[in-house]
Amino acid sequence: MSYDLDQQTQTALFQYLLRLADDRLILGHRLSEWCGHGPILEEDIALSNFALDFIGQAEALLRLAGEVEDKGRSEDDLAYKRDWQDYHCCQLVERPKGDFGFTMARQFFFDAYDFPMWEALTTSSFEPLAAIASKSVKEAKYHLRHSGEWVLRLGDGTKESHDRIQTSVDSLWRYTGELFETDAVHDHLFSQGIAICLSGIEKEWKEIVLPHLTRATLTPPSEEGMVMVSGTRYGAHSEHLGHLLTEMQVLPRAFPDAKW
Amino acid sequence: MSTNGSSQGPLWEVFTQEKSGAPHEHAGSVHAPDAELALQNARDVYSRRNEACSIWVVPSEFITATAPADQDAFFDPSNDKIYRFPQHYSTPRGVKDL
Repeated sequence: MSYDLDQQTQTALFQYLLRLADDRLILGHRLSEWCGHGPILEEDIALSNFALDFIGQAEALLRLAGEVEDKGRSEDDLAYKRDWQDYHCCQLVERPKGDFGFTMARQFFFDAYDFPMWEALTTSSFEPLAAIASKSVKEAKYHLRHSGEWVLRLGDGTKESHDRIQTSVDSLWRYTGELFETDAVHDHLFSQGIAICLSGIEKEWKEIVLPHLTRATLTPPSEEGMVMVSGTRYGAHSEHLGHLLTEMQVLPRAFPDAKW
Repeated sequence: MSTNGSSQGPLWEVFTQEKSGAPHEHAGSVHAPDAELALQNARDVYSRRNEACSIWVVPSEFITATAPADQDAFFDPSNDKIYRFPQHYSTPRGVKDL
C-alpha cells in the first residue's frame, strides 16, 4: 500500500513512526524480561500483559512505517533486520530492567508521557496513525494507572522500598528529557498536523509526575548540574541496546524467514 | 489486614460479570496488598480474554463459609422434600398458558 505523500513528508513520517515503534518495541522487550520473574504471580501476568500491549503497538506502527516507506519491508523486517545504529528509541527504554522499583519508576515516567501522547495523536491528520492511537490510548491509560499505583506503594511503603525507588527516580531523571525533544522531522510533521505538540505533552507529563511523586513521598532530583541525555533519536544509543537486540534478533538472524 | 502468613499480601476473591445485567460470578482469587491493586490484578488475571465488563473483589477473610463437617446437617435434609420442587405438583386440566 502506498500513501499520497510528498517526498519530505514521506521521509519524515517513516522516521517518526520508527521512533514511536522503537520506544515501544524495546520497552516491551524489557518488560518481557520479567516473564517468570515477577515478584508475585499476579504481577508477573500484569507485566507480561503490558509487554504484549507494547509489542502489539510496535507491530502496528512498524507495519505502517513499512507501508509509508513503500519498499516492501514488513514489520518483522523492520524489527529483526535493523541493527542498533538504525534504531530510534530513547535511552530511557534501553536501560536494563533493574529491580522491580526501577522497572516501575521507568514505566511510570514512560506511561505519563505515553498516555497524553496517544490521546493527542487520536486527532492526527494521518488517519492510519490516529486509528492506532485510538486503540492504544486505552491501553496506555491502564498502564499509567498500574505503574502509578506501584510508585505510590513503593515510595510510601517500607524504608527499603522507598530508598530503592528514590534511587531509581534519581538515576532515571536524566533520561526523561529526550521524550520531549523536537527536531526538523518532528517540526515538519507538526506543521502538517500529523505529529503532536511535544512541549504540550511535556507540560502534561510534569502535571502528572510531580504531584504524584510528592504523594509517594518521593522527590525529583535537582536538574542543576545534571547532564540530560540527548541525541538517541539520531543513533547515539547506550551499549545496552546492542545487547538487547542480540538477544531479541538471534532467531531471525540465525534462521532468516523461519516459520513456526 | 492480616497477610495470611504470606509474603504475597492478603488473598482476595474475584467476581466477574460477563455482560451488563448478568450476575457477578466467582472467577477465582488473587493476592494483592490492597483493594485497588486487587482490582488491577483481577483484571490482569481474569479478564485478559474479554471475559468481564465489571469486577468485584472481596477480602477472602470476610467470607464466612460452611464447614465440610456441616455438610449433612446443612444440605441433606432438602434431599427428600420433593414438595419443595414445582414438578411435585400436577397441573389441573383446565389451566392453559402455564
